Amino acid sequence: MYWEEEKECMPREDLEQLQLERLQSTLYRVATHVPFYRKKFKEMEVDPDGFRSLLELRSLPFTTKDDLRENYPYGLFAVPLRDVVRVHASSGTTGAATVVGYTKNDIKNWSSLTARVLTAAGVTKDDVVQIAFGYGLFTGGFGLHYGAEKVGASVIPISSGNTKRQIRIMQDFMTTALVCTPSYALLLADTMIEMGININALPLKYGLFGGEPWSEGMRAEIQNKLHILATDNYGLSEVMGPGVAGECRECTGLHINEDHFLVEIIDPETLEPVAPGKTGEIVITTLTKEAFPVIRYRTRDLTRLITEPCACGRTLHRMERLTGRTDDMLIIKGVNVYPTQIESVLFEIEGTEPHYQLIVEREGRLDKVTVKVEVVESIFFDQMKKQRLLVEEIKKRMATELGISVDVKLVEQKSLERFEGKAKRVIDKREL
Amino acid sequence: MLKIKNLEAGYGKLKVLRRISMHVNPGEIVTLIGANGAGKTTLLHTITGLVKTLAGEISLQGKNINKTAPEKRVAAGCSLVPEGRQVFSTMTVKENLVLGGYVQYKKDKKTAAHEMEKILHIFPVLKERENQLAGTLSGGEQQMLAMGRALMAKPALIMMDEPSTGLAPLIVKDIFRIIGKLREDGNTVLLVEQNAKAALGIADRGYVLETGKIILQGPAEDLLENRDVQRAYLGRDVG
Repeated sequence: MYWEEEKECMPREDLEQLQLERLQSTLYRVATHVPFYRKKFKEMEVDPDGFRSLLELRSLPFTTKDDLRENYPYGLFAVPLRDVVRVHASSGTTGAATVVGYTKNDIKNWSSLTARVLTAAGVTKDDVVQIAFGYGLFTGGFGLHYGAEKVGASVIPISSGNTKRQIRIMQDFMTTALVCTPSYALLLADTMIEMGININALPLKYGLFGGEPWSEGMRAEIQNKLHILATDNYGLSEVMGPGVAGECRECTGLHINEDHFLVEIIDPETLEPVAPGKTGEIVITTLTKEAFPVIRYRTRDLTRLITEPCACGRTLHRMERLTGRTDDMLIIKGVNVYPTQIESVLFEIEGTEPHYQLIVEREGRLDKVTVKVEVVESIFFDQMKKQRLLVEEIKKRMATELGISVDVKLVEQKSLERFEGKAKRVIDKREL
Repeated sequence: MLKIKNLEAGYGKLKVLRRISMHVNPGEIVTLIGANGAGKTTLLHTITGLVKTLAGEISLQGKNINKTAPEKRVAAGCSLVPEGRQVFSTMTVKENLVLGGYVQYKKDKKTAAHEMEKILHIFPVLKERENQLAGTLSGGEQQMLAMGRALMAKPALIMMDEPSTGLAPLIVKDIFRIIGKLREDGNTVLLVEQNAKAALGIADRGYVLETGKIILQGPAEDLLENRDVQRAYLGRDVG
């Protein structure tokens, strides 16, 4: 099922022509209306009118989160405020908020793009969509809300939080599609199991999860517990919000809406493009945004591009599920470690639950990592030997897969904090 | 259908078009709007080959036509309805139409006659006046004749330069209705217009040309909603 088949299944050659046309007019508009870009182009001797090929993208300046902060609140808008019909602010995962705006056309495009994501996951006008993303300044709630309305589904704008109420509404309103962060989906599942609710009796069919990196193991866990098809979707407020990319029902990567966003994968250290198919930081240039266009925005999200054709028929290239964020990256004893890597390891080990916490400390001059992980109850009733074996196994796997030695602490179920929004799993106590 | 990448063109030392990229898909009406002197007519003339391409590439139905002679481009499928109609005023309506089909049919008079019947069916006014001298037709009728003449070449892409210029509002409405009809019949149209509102009203997509550059592009309905377009081309006072 497609929402805009003529775009989602466009021949690559036609797509590239469209991208070039759109980028050329975007460059003209940012050079004319945004002093920040005018100055940058001048400094880097970029002639926005001389841009002739998508291959020249590398000659353009980057835009960073700091650039957005320095131009707080409206400095990077490309249209006067009277043309802006909506203002959102970043979810502020890290540091101060950044402000973005939308024109009428931007909102229209945004709705179509989230409608594509919802349709690709299976949502139709017959579905009841419970949106448990935060509304308000955060883009998650509104973005998917408009898309779901455009598709014609019945939308429940419940917003985030109040888990018991979410569950009651899910039962009473006969929700068929759940939209939230993956960690919240798991919390909902666990709470329902604890409450003794018969999940099989729920009409829930689909889950569309985003907002934070998650793993295949977590997908399997959610699918098993909620008996749904769980798909991943991606977006960030600096670029638009949800709707940048979304998984189809093949679940083999997220189709990027390339007619609206031009993506590159770069090495976050050297800023050079990585070899095709290799993991790096995804950098996004908007092609249709009117109010808040960005050129080569450094997302700090890590992924890789999949250019092989997808069985669903879409010609849009895919990105692999996020492997982490460059700013989540922990440098432990000189080794780069991402929390998601640790999560993947834990998922493969029998007896552990998908709830964990990483504590990084510095003892003297050495970094010390402790992994706290919840384990199934039976382990605590068993002999000490079993517990010790489990700890040993986790340690060994961490050492081979990550190249660092860690301490492991097994904790009881539900002893670690649960999150309604984005999960915070790393506690870095080091003073650097 | 038509694909243009980084096109540059001009007259002598004067560069009029600066890095134009655009495309027209089969079955679409695409409109090119812009003020006087923006380069709209030059762009059409460059596509037809009347103005030389200095840089960039033009391809029609997947074939690069940069070096193709103007008359061969007509045979390759692109026809122009020129600004100010330019009908042969001392010839009859029928003779004008025959000339339009010359490149396509040459000696195949039977097919040409059959094609002419179809066109006279689209424009009944011309049928009524088929033996009249073109110069005696009204402005609107001449515009229809110019369109019919271009259609005689059975073009893959039909380009129209300011078809509404100098016509009474009622006639303009008629002309736009016929252009919409042409798309229904499977034709592909590139429409240059100063009457931005009417053009965007029937078009699928549009490009805004300013001093030889495309500064905006997108679905026609988005351009109608765009405040810059409203201010500059739709004469609407916003805010």
